[in-house]
Amino acid sequence: MTTLEIRDLHVSVGDTQILNGITLTIKSGEVHAVMGPNGAGKSTLSAAIMGKPGYTVTGGQVLLDGKDVLAMATWERAVAGLHLVMQYPTEVPGVKLDEVLSEALKARSGSLPDLTKTIATEAARIGFDTELVHRAVNVDFSGGEKKRNETLQLAVLQPRIAIIDELDSGLDIDALRDCAQRVEDATKESDLGVLVITHYSRMFEQLKPDFVHILAKGRIVKSGGPELADDLERDGYAAYSEVAN
Amino acid sequence: MTTTLVLPTVEEEVWRYSRIGELDLANFRSATATTTVENAEGVQLAGAEASALMGVAITTAPDVFAQMNTDNAAVVALKVAKGKVHATTVVITHTINESGVVVYPRLVIDAAENSEITVVERFVSADNVMSLVVPVVEIHASQSARVTYLAINELGDKTWQIGNQVAVGERDSNVRVFSVALGGDYARMRAEVRLVGQGANAQQTALYFADGTQMHDFRTLQVHEAPRTRSDLLFKGAVKDTAKSVYTGLIKISENATKTEAFQTNRNLTLSHGAWAESVPNLEIETNDVKCSHASTVGPIDDEQRFYLESRGVPPEIAERLVVFGFFDEVIDRLPKSEFIEGIRAKVIAKLGSNV
Repeated sequence: MTTLEIRDLHVSVGDTQILNGITLTIKSGEVHAVMGPNGAGKSTLSAAIMGKPGYTVTGGQVLLDGKDVLAMATWERAVAGLHLVMQYPTEVPGVKLDEVLSEALKARSGSLPDLTKTIATEAARIGFDTELVHRAVNVDFSGGEKKRNETLQLAVLQPRIAIIDELDSGLDIDALRDCAQRVEDATKESDLGVLVITHYSRMFEQLKPDFVHILAKGRIVKSGGPELADDLERDGYAAYSEVAN
Repeated sequence: MTTTLVLPTVEEEVWRYSRIGELDLANFRSATATTTVENAEGVQLAGAEASALMGVAITTAPDVFAQMNTDNAAVVALKVAKGKVHATTVVITHTINESGVVVYPRLVIDAAENSEITVVERFVSADNVMSLVVPVVEIHASQSARVTYLAINELGDKTWQIGNQVAVGERDSNVRVFSVALGGDYARMRAEVRLVGQGANAQQTALYFADGTQMHDFRTLQVHEAPRTRSDLLFKGAVKDTAKSVYTGLIKISENATKTEAFQTNRNLTLSHGAWAESVPNLEIETNDVKCSHASTVGPIDDEQRFYLESRGVPPEIAERLVVFGFFDEVIDRLPKSEFIEGIRAKVIAKLGSNV
């Protein structure tokens, strides 16, 4: 059992305070959805947890099984079991996916699985073209290929907690279904804990949230069960932005 | 030899940023490098015939160093007969074994109509050799000839190089000039292609990586003097520690060179705070009917790329290595297949390695 605890997290970007005290606890096997309108601080939350340069934590704590995540370098956070699926995966010219995965696995432990085989199996599961494995990461990939690529990495690296940032942006319905289903499967097969950050609820058909949190103006203004997502779909975010004020 | 030559100064635009001011020719006596030529049966000329081939691409010396080379040249001359394909790659290796000498290797490649040849020229010295190499290569590609040339600078870190490459392409010819610069203390190359026949095509590609106190200096010239000519230049370099690099490039398209395409890309990675790279692209176009582009960048490894790899669990020094390799791979992939590619890769790894 793994627990990611976010305690009263405050984050600023430049001079602007974006997150004003986020508290969330994600345990293995649980799916937490953080939903919010544009500008609520959703992507800032994922960036701060992973330690992206430019995001300054001004208060609070992030603990992974009691260990201080904020004191770790980004790569150490990943090795400790955190994984970020990015909204806009970065193009890395000349660097191939199998090289990245090989180095990432090497950093985790001495024992390398049969990577080529693992990649082939996982690629087949989500309909990712294995030809792309030998091409530069994300360069000239379509939106769907980029997200399948992100999901493939998650499947191969087997983190304990995944932070999934706007999986559905730029994604066609088939790719979204494949990717969301794979993450859902991981919560069952390997007890993956998930923090899914999203504007819309369209991926919840496959990836079923146990908890839904509404983020507005850098605060969680309401938490509840999956039904909260339905309310949002019906009523929109306007009411919650009022609450935040 | 009595030297009455006047060396240029950094006041001259083409020598701006250079280390020419540090050069004292009195420190060097004229000598010859140890030169080996492999796989040149049937194309290599000897004696007076070899010397007579000089001038196929250079009529007027582009600078004083090219003139010094002409006056003192140790010539390797290759002439490919009409319609002939020289199937094996010619490999020329110049080794400088002693300090205090200046050597003038001159390579002349004359490819007759519809012929083909690939040549690799290596410049080698040990790290403690304080000498000067003044190489000149001239390439003449006749109608429909295909010439591929790769220069590899494997000089020691105290050796200087001030060189010239001039390639002339006739109608429908195809010339590819590659430069790999990893060695040298101050290593300069002026690289010119001149497309004089309709439909001539030239590719110039370079990889350079300076560390320690090295400096790489490239001046490129893409000259279009005939219609429907095409040139494509890609120069990628990195500087580390307190190393420096300079790239200045000029695309020159004359009035009659209509429907010409000319591209120029120079990208530089600065891997240390103390490292410095300069990139100056220029265009001089006398006709409107052309397709032309230039792009140049200088900067550290992209933060987003670094973060992406690190967020997968790749440690920073390995992430940096992957990104730098990826950066150079685009060039390495274009290099003509040869037994030296792996060595080039290994040297790039070694240079990166000393960072971590």
